[in-house]
Amino acid sequence: MQGRSRGAWLAGAAALGIVVLLAAAAPWIATADPLRTDLAGRLRPPGPGHPLGQDALGRDVLARLLFGARASLLVGGATVALSCALGAPLGLLAGYRGGWLDEAIGRVIDVLLAFPGLLLAIALAAVLGPSLRNVVLALSLLGWTGYARLARAEAAAARGCEFVTAATALGAGPLRIVVRHILPQAAPTLVVQATFGLCGAITAEAGLSFLGLGVPPPQPSWGSMLGEGREFLLVAPHLLLAPGTALAFTVLALQLLGDGLVARLGAPQDWQRGQ
Amino acid sequence: MMRRFVLRRLALVPFTLLGAALLVFAMLRLVPGDPVEIMLGESAAPADVAALRHDLGLDLPLPAQLARFLGRLARGDLGDSLAFHAPVARVIAARYPATLELALAALLLAVAGAVPVGALAATRPSSPLDRTARLVSLAGVCLPTFVVGPLLVLAFAIRLGWLPPSGRGGIAHLVLPAATLALGMAGILVRLARARVRAALAEDHVRTARAKGASPLRVLVCHALPSALPALLAVIALEAGALLGGAIIVETIFGWPGLGRLVVQAIAARDYPLVQGCVLAIAASYVAANAVGDLLHGALDPRLRDAGS
Repeated sequence: MQGRSRGAWLAGAAALGIVVLLAAAAPWIATADPLRTDLAGRLRPPGPGHPLGQDALGRDVLARLLFGARASLLVGGATVALSCALGAPLGLLAGYRGGWLDEAIGRVIDVLLAFPGLLLAIALAAVLGPSLRNVVLALSLLGWTGYARLARAEAAAARGCEFVTAATALGAGPLRIVVRHILPQAAPTLVVQATFGLCGAITAEAGLSFLGLGVPPPQPSWGSMLGEGREFLLVAPHLLLAPGTALAFTVLALQLLGDGLVARLGAPQDWQRGQ
Repeated sequence: MMRRFVLRRLALVPFTLLGAALLVFAMLRLVPGDPVEIMLGESAAPADVAALRHDLGLDLPLPAQLARFLGRLARGDLGDSLAFHAPVARVIAARYPATLELALAALLLAVAGAVPVGALAATRPSSPLDRTARLVSLAGVCLPTFVVGPLLVLAFAIRLGWLPPSGRGGIAHLVLPAATLALGMAGILVRLARARVRAALAEDHVRTARAKGASPLRVLVCHALPSALPALLAVIALEAGALLGGAIIVETIFGWPGLGRLVVQAIAARDYPLVQGCVLAIAASYVAANAVGDLLHGALDPRLRDAGS
């Protein structure tokens, strides 16, 4: 079991590394400009010069795929960073302090969780208008609650522990206790949450862009490529298959990485328990 | 004890709904610029702009706007849709059954498919069946609806011609969208059913049943599954609510005339009252599904009930 989960973890990390590398090296790998249209070559299937074919405006699909990876990773990374930067301190504070603050933060989370996943992001993105920044804001609006809940639970559990009592007795202030003593306790859980959060944010960005509410055209995004490709299913299935495969590959990488981290860091997770 | 648990859980519902209403109220006020001008376009007559502004209550001070919004909401008045020229509540009521039909069909498919597979996989860990179940579940989790949906259309509607690619009608129209929507939930349920049943198979009463000579099938169906069921039901109810969110994309892919497609259309038309109404309707359904899930879990699992009170 140990060997297999280690293998999956490494495979996930390696696959994610490949995606990051391809995104970073996009300008050097892409043989064409992702925005340059070529109406004579519209909907052309994969062939020489255009390894993954051309889209409805004759743009190079490979170039759009590579630059689209940047949008996915950028939105995903920024969403995770913002959500964690917002949620973790709030959760730690709520869990350590308790009382009315804990109650208030808990209620706000309850209300935000009354909306099914994508709905709140869709509504907010619709109101603010499509842009990379607004997608990050929309996804973080719900995203921070996950970190806050986990950090809160860790802080509340640590509050009664001996090492916290000892630190308090030695005269450490609340800030020092939370940052130096409780945060390290909560870190592994937060790292796991960040991995699955990145996965969720990348999928959600693609979903928003698919609906036309994410990355504004003509900038490439896997989601908008899928949305455009859907209209040419019969004549040009490569327009759907290329971004679909890229997205599934990235999500799979993050899932494997997340599952592996769960197994390594010892957080409880149902699937691993029976192995 | 049970009554207290039910009351406590139900008391959360109006509170959450009020919070959701406040958030939806804030939404329109977050629009950068003037929402009325965005809705009507720049070439609108000043008289029309003033009339709509008055109609939406945007010419009132903020507290008065909120009071008006909540007062109308309490009476079931969600305002008027600009695109449909009809009360928002009526437009939503007309589309709601389609979404409910789709979500229920997906729920049925996911549960009927995933729970038996997960339970069987639990009885034979590391067997080919278990490995297949694990792979399928991973695929369900990793493949977003907007990748699976168009692929299913390509395969079953365009290439094979077995099923209609879009629209709502009989059972045939329901198959592809329901299957697409069900896949993600099925992926989660296979994992969960497998883990829960496996844990249940190790429990003392199940071991006793086995020692007394019960057949493996009987042990699984009569002893292990009932023990695993409460936790499963809670997740099923939660995921049933999540299907409503997934329906937004699935309905768009398959041209399904439900609430999800309506909200996307309303956004495209800048019909903000309709967007607000749809968001509230979906959130309310989600809150209801979650409450039902928690209550079912509490009713079936006394441990949770006692801990909660």
